[in-house]
Amino acid sequence: MREFGYLRPTDPVEAVRLLVGSPEARYLAGGTNLVDLMKLGVERPRLLVDVSRLPLGDVTPTDGGGLRIGALVTNADLAADPRVRAAYPVLSQALLAGASGQLRNRATTAGNLLQRTRCLYFQDTAKPCNKRSPGTGCPAREGVHRDLAVLGASEQCIATHPSDLAVALAALDAVVELLGPDGPRTLPVTDLHRLPGDRPHEEHRLLPGELITAVAVPPPVPETLSAYRKVRDRASYAFALASAAGILAVRAGRVTHLALVLGGLAPKPWRARAAEQRLIGAPADEASFTAAVEAELAAARPLRDNAYKVPLARNLAVRLLCDLAAKGQAR
Amino acid sequence: MISTTETAVTLEVNGTSRELRLDNRRTLLDALREQLELTGTKKGCDHGQCGACTVLLDGRRVNSCLVLAVTADGSTVTTVEGLAADGTLHPVQQAFLDHDAFQCGFCTPGQLCSAVGLLAEAEAAGEALDEPTVRERMSGNICRCGAYPHIVRAVVEVAS
Repeated sequence: MREFGYLRPTDPVEAVRLLVGSPEARYLAGGTNLVDLMKLGVERPRLLVDVSRLPLGDVTPTDGGGLRIGALVTNADLAADPRVRAAYPVLSQALLAGASGQLRNRATTAGNLLQRTRCLYFQDTAKPCNKRSPGTGCPAREGVHRDLAVLGASEQCIATHPSDLAVALAALDAVVELLGPDGPRTLPVTDLHRLPGDRPHEEHRLLPGELITAVAVPPPVPETLSAYRKVRDRASYAFALASAAGILAVRAGRVTHLALVLGGLAPKPWRARAAEQRLIGAPADEASFTAAVEAELAAARPLRDNAYKVPLARNLAVRLLCDLAAKGQAR
Repeated sequence: MISTTETAVTLEVNGTSRELRLDNRRTLLDALREQLELTGTKKGCDHGQCGACTVLLDGRRVNSCLVLAVTADGSTVTTVEGLAADGTLHPVQQAFLDHDAFQCGFCTPGQLCSAVGLLAEAEAAGEALDEPTVRERMSGNICRCGAYPHIVRAVVEVAS
């Protein structure tokens, strides 16, 4: 690990000023991803700006009836929050599906959104990687890509975004609150991450120095039920091969509201807009769910070893929607 | 806060205040083992994947290999050496003995600290712990010997 300076600002404005003035600086919060990447030599900051003690660690109600989640709320605390468990089951379930108890005690809301891909080639500095070292190539396309993207990838990069939390927040239409050198602004979670195209090293739309201060979740849509489901190689403590977050309302047998986001399949949480549009007003049954999800997945471009993800994601999403519809009818 | 490559920090470790001058790169795990000579906490994968380095930081279980020690300034740390009070084993330690919940023992300090943290989490949430729940919540602690069935039984016994 390269030597680095360490600063612990006491307010967000000071934190932003410190980062903007130091091109090789990084914000440090829970450290569960950044410290690991520093050990691997993937990240080599000259300065860490420790934001972990800034006053951004609370979950508070918003005027509109939603919740504002401070950037530093830990995954464990957010999953356990009674308001989250009652009003946003998809969020609590996604958090508890991720990582381990130890990691959830450290990992933060903002850090979770900005965590880097777990693509093996990105993490191995002995290998080429267009994301880590632009222009060097992508051995994953011909190499080990069983875990990697089938949607939204490019010739240059097939990495997936590993977050479970981001998938749930994308379904909830959450908004990221940012503080930059020119002041605050907001960005929908669905616009936070970029698809790789020919610039896979540019992963998100934050401006230099911008700090995520909170994530605002709107109030639950009336009559909806929500859930998160995840498939992985072992029963616990593994990244998603595929996951789905669904928020569904059904009235008189027809879909009146749907948010569907797929995880583990793409370089960002994959909001299934095509499936959503097909399903609004359509019968809430397995046949129409299947047709809509298949239409969404028509965009998939699997490689040699990850084609299994397409039917896996279809079955997962259809089962999630069927179960939500059945649960809605039963109540 | 100073900006050099070294920083002075104070940690309360197992009830004793310790002042350290630390290379900023030093993890809490290495500070405990190399500087404080508390070698009960084990270095396994060193990447947050195995849980051998689990300690309680301000009462919560964490992977000490992913915590830069400088960031823990002013915090309390409980390691496996600090679980027993006044020469009496912690109930989790006793249950591990009673259930033969280890083989080589390398992962045991992390398993013990993780179990103590998990029990506190469940108590704070008012939750009952059954075997599947304990199994899932201990999944951040890997045991290469496969002593899981006995570990789970030990934790469930203390929980009840």
